[in-house]
Amino acid sequence: MVNTPSDKILLSADGRPLKQSLSRSLRQQKIRALLLIAPLLIFIFVAFIMPIVSMLSRSVENDLVSKTLPQTVQALQSWDALSGELPSEPVYAAFALDIQNAAKAKVHTKVALRLNYEKSGIASLFKKTARKAKKWDIQNDGPFKDKLIKVHKGWGEIEVWKTLKTHSPRYTSGYFLNAIDMRKTAEGADFQPEDKTILIKLFQRTLIMSLIITFSCILLGYPVAWLLANLPMRQANLLMILVLLPFWTSLLVRTSAWKVMLQQQGVINDILVQLSLVSDEARLIMINNEIGTIVAMTHILLPFMILPMYSVMQTIPPSYLRAAKSLGATNWTAFWRVYFPQSVPGIGAGSILVFILAIGYYITPEIVGGTKGVFISNRIAYHILKSLNWGLAAALGTILLIAVLVLYWTYDKIIGIDNVKLGG
Amino acid sequence: MNFTKTIMTTASAALISGAAFADGHMSMEMTIVSWGGAYSNSQLRAYHEPYSAKTGVTILNDDSSSTAVAQLRAMNEANNITWDVVDVEAAPAMQLCDEGLAMEIDPDTMLAAAPDGTPASEDFGDMLVSECFIPQIVYSTTFGYRTDLVGDTPPDNVCAVFDTKTYPGKRSLFSVPINQMEWALLCDGVAKSEIYDVLATEEGQDRALAKLDTIKDDVIWVSSGSDTPQLLADGEVIMGATYNGRLFSLIEEQKQPVAMIWDGQVMDLDGWIIPAGLSPERQARALDYIMFATDTQRLADQAKYISYGPARASSAPLVGKHADLGIDMAPHMPTAPENLSRAFLMNYDFWADYRDDLDAKFQAWLAK
Repeated sequence: MVNTPSDKILLSADGRPLKQSLSRSLRQQKIRALLLIAPLLIFIFVAFIMPIVSMLSRSVENDLVSKTLPQTVQALQSWDALSGELPSEPVYAAFALDIQNAAKAKVHTKVALRLNYEKSGIASLFKKTARKAKKWDIQNDGPFKDKLIKVHKGWGEIEVWKTLKTHSPRYTSGYFLNAIDMRKTAEGADFQPEDKTILIKLFQRTLIMSLIITFSCILLGYPVAWLLANLPMRQANLLMILVLLPFWTSLLVRTSAWKVMLQQQGVINDILVQLSLVSDEARLIMINNEIGTIVAMTHILLPFMILPMYSVMQTIPPSYLRAAKSLGATNWTAFWRVYFPQSVPGIGAGSILVFILAIGYYITPEIVGGTKGVFISNRIAYHILKSLNWGLAAALGTILLIAVLVLYWTYDKIIGIDNVKLGG
Repeated sequence: MNFTKTIMTTASAALISGAAFADGHMSMEMTIVSWGGAYSNSQLRAYHEPYSAKTGVTILNDDSSSTAVAQLRAMNEANNITWDVVDVEAAPAMQLCDEGLAMEIDPDTMLAAAPDGTPASEDFGDMLVSECFIPQIVYSTTFGYRTDLVGDTPPDNVCAVFDTKTYPGKRSLFSVPINQMEWALLCDGVAKSEIYDVLATEEGQDRALAKLDTIKDDVIWVSSGSDTPQLLADGEVIMGATYNGRLFSLIEEQKQPVAMIWDGQVMDLDGWIIPAGLSPERQARALDYIMFATDTQRLADQAKYISYGPARASSAPLVGKHADLGIDMAPHMPTAPENLSRAFLMNYDFWADYRDDLDAKFQAWLAK
């Protein structure tokens, strides 16, 4: 290269400065590339990112109360929840108006359901009150304090008003607190009573069992992947089919098959009893608990471990092992010092895949997990489908998502994501 | 100019006639949501097939009833309701109605009268638990036991479930508080009429869980109605709770050595709702279907295929024999007089209030 004097600018054929012209053509290339992937980008944004964001935003949204009972929320602002006294007449009057409007618009049950998550009994309290309130004349029928308390004695309980006030802001931390076995009260965040704590336990169980599943997959998958990569083509192909066949079988079929295998009157127990290894009365309990979930999920996720391992191992030249041995290494040293380090990217890729799939697994724990082997995802499904507490479900989902991202980040820091290979 | 005008007039004329045409007509395709399995099959044979034959309507089936409330809510938020008629239990129907997600029904104008002219509101009577709910069947959750595994004195009382001395072995229960808490209190000596009052108190809830504690290690907890029949057939449990229709098919159709305990059966209702916000053609079609499918004869017909009791009083005398097995179906109904006398009625209002709270407690207790 010859040094260009700084006062002389290189020009391209059309007389523009070369630098400008180059950056322009690069930009055009970029735009063209972007346009080419635009359909995919838009699709991902609309069908994947937007729904996730809208679902996650439910974990803090709480405008139902202030939208349905606007006057009451306003009136409650001047009431001190810790004063130990019931709110005064204006609050009751505001509530009478709100509940009447809500009942006419048929929206009172939604807010009742929302508040019932926080305090049992509010659902029927609202329903009963709304039925009566429809007939009231708000201008002339006051005072409403005694009237409401007469409709239902719940309106004479400070706890009910505290719950209303605590959960009236448009955005709430309540769902996230609930998700970690705490609750939002008028006095601030507080622990749930012990007989209602379950979610932290489920998060822990999900993490621990997913780790166990990942390790069992590594242990079982590594030798298989090694065989696949090192056997002659014919046998390797046959073995590959054996790996892929269950992969193509329906998830439900495989899970149900484990039920048949593992249950107390099942195949494995029958064989053990016939061989007199266990007595007929002491048949092993291997399903509807942790063991069932771990066994079934390890089996189901095994291909996700084997395939990345295999594709990495295929790229390791067998000559390296021969070279190590010819230089005097024992079989073990050659494997451990030469072969294994090169297969680590495959283990990494497989582990990430299996772990992230396991942590969000739902259907297998539901079928074979009983009560001791279910995951946090089963609880999320319950709140989405049955209790309809979508806010709590969203908070649980957000926590799960963050946990996965944190683990991914740690993995990147410790091992480096560049070391992960899915093949090639 | 003239040309454009002509086109415009023709177009608007076509539009108007099109609208008029659609007004008088009903859509020719409908999606009916139900539970799947033998139950959907009984509806297919008793309602769908005759209705399609009569009107030429194409009926699409969707087995999503177990998640109907959540899905209808989501459809409502997305403003795209794809279901025309939905089969749900009474409690979700009440909730859907309260939330304005189901259409209100006037039984006397929208449902068929009984053959003797009794208006539908009287014929259904107490079964009309909500303004939106069109009752179809009475079902119950009850226990079945293995006749070969319970010794010489077969259980006749629901409390046999808690008696592990006389009946050792595993039993299956649903992993939800509904029903299990009631049975626990019932067998702990609480009178049927007081159960929900007791269950509304902290002490009562602890008492129910303490009773369940005595058999916790002997229970396989299940989540779906198909689990217990399978567990009974495999001999995994000696007794277990499920829906009476499932037990009927296990006993009579699959000839398994299983018998039923009618004592302490918890009765519940199942029926139709029509989602709110359907287009006029689809709503007209849904109403026409409902009018047909819930008349006296049709409800009685369904009992030919599955052992659930018709919700109309006038259907009961018409219940005949099973279509394939030829068994007299009347004694297999939860509503048969001798079965009914030992039944227990679920309190919907109680569970609407306490379900979330008790479920959290119950799950925490299960995980302990």
